[in-house]
Amino acid sequence: MQLESMYQEIILDHYKNPHGRGLREPFEAEVHHVNPTCGDEVTLRLHLEGDTVADVSYEGMGCSISQASISAMYDLVLGKSVTEALAAGEDFMTLMQAKGDPTVAEKLEDSLEDAVAFAGVSKYPARIKCALMSWMALKDATARALSTTTPGGTP
Amino acid sequence: MTATASRPGTGALHPLPLDVEAIRADFPILGRTVRDGKKLVYLDSGATSQKPRSVLDAEREFYERYNAAPHRGAHALAEEATGHYEAARATIGAFIGAPEREIVFTRNSTEAINLVAYALSNAATAKDPAYRTHAVGQGDEIVVSEMEHHANLVPWQQLCERTGATLRWLGLTDDGRLDLSDLSTVVNERTKLVAITQQSNILGTINPLGEIIARAHEVGALVLVDGAQSVPHQPVDVTELGADFLVFSGHKMLGPTGIGVLWGRYEVLDALPPFLTGGSMIEVVRMEGSTFAAPPQRFEAGVPMTAQAIGLAAAVEYLQALGMDRVEEHEKVLTAYALEQLAAIPGVTVIGPPDTVARGGAISFTVEGIHPHDVGQVLDDHGIAVRVGHHCAWPVVRRYGVPATTRATFYVHTGYDDIDALADGIRAAQKFFGTV
Repeated sequence: MQLESMYQEIILDHYKNPHGRGLREPFEAEVHHVNPTCGDEVTLRLHLEGDTVADVSYEGMGCSISQASISAMYDLVLGKSVTEALAAGEDFMTLMQAKGDPTVAEKLEDSLEDAVAFAGVSKYPARIKCALMSWMALKDATARALSTTTPGGTP
Repeated sequence: MTATASRPGTGALHPLPLDVEAIRADFPILGRTVRDGKKLVYLDSGATSQKPRSVLDAEREFYERYNAAPHRGAHALAEEATGHYEAARATIGAFIGAPEREIVFTRNSTEAINLVAYALSNAATAKDPAYRTHAVGQGDEIVVSEMEHHANLVPWQQLCERTGATLRWLGLTDDGRLDLSDLSTVVNERTKLVAITQQSNILGTINPLGEIIARAHEVGALVLVDGAQSVPHQPVDVTELGADFLVFSGHKMLGPTGIGVLWGRYEVLDALPPFLTGGSMIEVVRMEGSTFAAPPQRFEAGVPMTAQAIGLAAAVEYLQALGMDRVEEHEKVLTAYALEQLAAIPGVTVIGPPDTVARGGAISFTVEGIHPHDVGQVLDDHGIAVRVGHHCAWPVVRRYGVPATTRATFYVHTGYDDIDALADGIRAAQKFFGTV
């Protein structure tokens, strides 16, 4: 039984009791991302106050991995600077490319907090996209929010 | 069989029409294990089927003994390659009751459908008036159904975008059948072509094609039947079918990947311009322009998938030896058993016809409180391969208000033990996610 390595208790907790779920105002960018191979969907709004991630609100449907990933991401990026949030996204991407290598997860434990529990997903190529969907949506929303709020940016 | 007394209906297990143990011995891959030594339970034949040794041997023999480009060159190998390639065409044609000249080899069903869709728009701009008979343009209508695989939907959407024609469709009923109540208005004098599946890849529904084809022909429309899920699983004879085109894929019927078939009535094929152009599909080529060969060569540009066609002929021979009537009956018995087993699990809902009337062996279901991906993951952990997601039929899952489904599909090597493993796996998923 290898299931427990993917479905860590912490992932199932986020799935059953998601943090920050629901769409809220105000927001500078709203994006809709889908995982076309399986139909998982997320609508994500980003609210920035200056350089700080003031809120990430979302609605989505999908598997436990995709939904738990959004919840863990919410906890991780809230109150962080945009640079720190994007860096966390890079770390999460590194974790997803680790093919289950435990040393990668160990190194990223401090920066990823609960999200490091997704290390087991990296052993299952078909599920990596599920875990990454929310992070891709956040990256997209950040780019859009910055382009609309930065003076001289393209609206 | 591993059926136990606790299962529903075990008192009356019907002997299976096919000798599953003997058939399994013909499929080398069924001997392997997955995920830490679990026996492979392959319930994903609807996505692609496994291949018997005779198909693998036929491909290997081609490369080892007479590999050459068919229809080119006059050397011994070229002659033999051409002979085997054309013999494959005859074998595959006979399997669906069609003469060789009506069998066009394509990469798969998807390419076969695109071939027809592009031929219809190319017809509108063809220089030679002989190719304009079936031209599609503004004011014309193409009809599909809401249960089509993306392969039999997106090419028609694109055809309509290219030509200004309008796409219309037949809807679905709540129990997974075509809603034919508006057939006579949806298929009307403006309809140029009706593209419809014979067996749904997601619902398992077998459609009443006779009624639809009769209506289409009444208004002068062509009919293309998507046989990707029917030709592998039931006897299909193009004369009985009465359509104008039939498409199917080799890899779903024990054959190799990269080989599919477009069957078309000869006079219809002969009136169509080519889709892909290049070598071997021509009649005369000059710098100023070219003329084209007669069907089927007109639609087979470039060196063809020779080994794959020969492999598909071996697959057809394997199926013929089993008998397509028995293959169909085998799957019907398994489908009845699977529907019964799934119905006995609280929280499991089948999306599609609940009984075996006009129904094939694709069974899609949801498990309350567990996303299909997670169901599939637990099944995979038990060595069971199923398909999860929208099965390239996104409008269908949307129609039934679910984000995705888990789908089990059966074939000649499937036995009661595979279905018992599926039912046990679903119960294990419910236990793992704590929904029961």
